[in-house]
Amino acid sequence: MPANRFNGFTEYGIGIGLRIPHYRHILEKKPVVDWFEVISENYMVDGGNPLAVLDQILEQYRVVQHGVSMYFGSVQPLNREHLQRLKTLVRRTKTPWLSDHLCWGSVDGRYTHDLLPIPYTWEAVDVTAEKIRHVQDFVEVPVVVENVSSYAEFHDSVMTEWEFLNEVVERADCGILLDVNNIYVSSMNHDFDPAVYVNSVPTERVAQIHIAGHSRYEKYILDTHDHPVIDPVWELYAQAIRRIGPTATLLEWDDKIPSFEEVHREAMKAEHFLQQVAKMPPALTAEEPVLEVAR
Amino acid sequence: MSSLLEVQRRMAEAVMAPLTRQEGMRQRAADGRPMAKEAAAYIKPNPRLESFERLEIYNRQYWFRVLDSLAEDFPGVQAILGAPRFRELSVRYISDCPSTSFTLRNLGGKLSGWLEEHPEFLGAQPDLVRDMVRLEWAVIEAFDAAERAPLSAEQLENAENPHLALQPHVRLLELSHPVDDLLLAVRKRKSARKLPARQLVQTGRQKTYLAVHRADYSVHYKRLEAGEFHVLQEIHRASPLSEALEQAFAGSALPETEQAQKIQQWFALWMSLGWFCQV
Repeated sequence: MPANRFNGFTEYGIGIGLRIPHYRHILEKKPVVDWFEVISENYMVDGGNPLAVLDQILEQYRVVQHGVSMYFGSVQPLNREHLQRLKTLVRRTKTPWLSDHLCWGSVDGRYTHDLLPIPYTWEAVDVTAEKIRHVQDFVEVPVVVENVSSYAEFHDSVMTEWEFLNEVVERADCGILLDVNNIYVSSMNHDFDPAVYVNSVPTERVAQIHIAGHSRYEKYILDTHDHPVIDPVWELYAQAIRRIGPTATLLEWDDKIPSFEEVHREAMKAEHFLQQVAKMPPALTAEEPVLEVAR
Repeated sequence: MSSLLEVQRRMAEAVMAPLTRQEGMRQRAADGRPMAKEAAAYIKPNPRLESFERLEIYNRQYWFRVLDSLAEDFPGVQAILGAPRFRELSVRYISDCPSTSFTLRNLGGKLSGWLEEHPEFLGAQPDLVRDMVRLEWAVIEAFDAAERAPLSAEQLENAENPHLALQPHVRLLELSHPVDDLLLAVRKRKSARKLPARQLVQTGRQKTYLAVHRADYSVHYKRLEAGEFHVLQEIHRASPLSEALEQAFAGSALPETEQAQKIQQWFALWMSLGWFCQV
C-alpha cells in the first residue's frame, strides 16, 4: 500500500506545477494530468484572476498545495495572517496534504524570500518540530516537509541533514516531501553520498516526491528548476520509489518555462519508473539497482 | 555554540546587505567587520568554496530575487528613471524597507511613502515618478483585491437610505500627469529601456482623475471627471450620499437640471461597471 496517512491515503500519480504561462493552454485544451501542485502564496489573496483560474482548475483537476514561506525553521513566531489565509485556501482547494520547506527565511519580522538552510542542532529540531505541529493542528490537513537544496553548512551542526529530517518528522509526526533533485544538489555541494540520504528516509512518511532540473557552475550546483531532470536524479528517483513504493510525483519547472507539452512530457518520464516498481515483487530491496534509467 | 536565533540574525544581516557594483558580497559589514571573518564564524568552508563564497551565493540570490520582483511591479517607474537609477532606488528602498510580508506581492507597498522621505531618488521629473508609483501600486492592489456582490439597480432604488460602498478593487487616484497613457505605452514596449526623453516631456502636467478597477479579471484604468471623482471619493469615505453630491458641484455654474442629468449618467455607468456594493 504506497499511499499513507500523510497524503490522505490517496494515489495521486504524476503531477505538474501550475504556472501562469500555462494557464491558457490548460483551461482551453484541458490536458489529461493526474493533478496540479499550486504555490499556496500565489492564491492567498482576496479575489481576482488568481482565484478565478484556481476555481476553474479545481472544477477539472485535483490540486495539492505547496508553500514557500512558512519557514518552519525560523525562530520567530508564526504569522497569524499567513496561517489564516492558508487555512482559507486549504478549504477552497481541499488539498489532501500541505507541503512547505524544511528551512528558515525570516527573522525579526523581515523576510528573505529564500529557503535558507537550518543548522542541524537539537535546538533547531525542537523549534522546527513545534512549528510544524502548530501548523498541522491549525490547518487540519497533514503537513509534509520538503528537504531543500543548500549551498552552506554550519559549524554548529551536530548531525547530518537526513538525521535532522528524521528527528523533525518523528517529533512533529508529519510527512515528508522528498525532493530527490535537492538531495542530489546538496550532495554535490556538501560531498555526501545521495544514496545514503535516500536510504535513510523513513518510507512510511513520504507523501510526495519532487523532481527537477538544476544548473551546474564551476564550484557548486544551483537549484534553478530551469532544465530537464538529469540522469543521476532519475536514478535517485528510481532508488527512492523502489524503497517507498509508487508515490505522488511532481516535476518542478519554474524558470525559462517551456511549453506545457514539453513540461508534461518530462514529468511523464516518471511513469516508466512507477510502472517498473508496480511490477516488482515486494521482497526486492533498495540494495539491488534493478530499474533502468529512461533516456 | 551560538543560539539558533543568533545564527539567523547574523545570516539574515549578511544575506540582506547590498551587493557590490560587481554583484558580489561586500568585503565588510555595515559596522566595518570583515565579512570573510564573519562568514567563517558560522559557515564551514568546503574544498572548493570559502565560507565567504558560500554565504555570497545566498546574498546574490536574495538581491536578484527582490530586485526582479520590484522591477516587475514598477515597469513604468523604471522606464521613466532608466534602469541604472531605478536599480539605485530599489537597492536603497529595499535596504530601508525590507519585506515584512510572507508574499513578495507586498514589497512595493511602502515605496510611495518612502520616496517622500527620499526625494533625491525621484529624478528630473519628481511628480511624474510620484504619480507613476501611485498608479502602479494601485494596479497591484486592484489585481487581487476582493470583489463583493454588486448592488443591483433595484437594491439601489429601493433602499431608503442606501449605504453605498465601493468595490474593494476600485482605487481612486488624483494625479498631476496622465500616467495611465504612459503606463500603457510602457507595457506595449515590453522592454525595461528608459522611455525616450521626447515621450517623457510630452507627458506634461495635466490634472488627471483615475479609477483603477477590475473587470473580467483584468485591471483597467478609467478617466473620471473632477466631479465624478469627488462623488466617488466621498462615497469611499462613507459620507452620506447627499453630502457627496453637494461636494461634486460645489461652486459649479452648471444649471441644476444639468447637474441632475450628469449625476444620473454617472450612476448609470458606475452601476453598469458593478462598482457599488453594500457596506
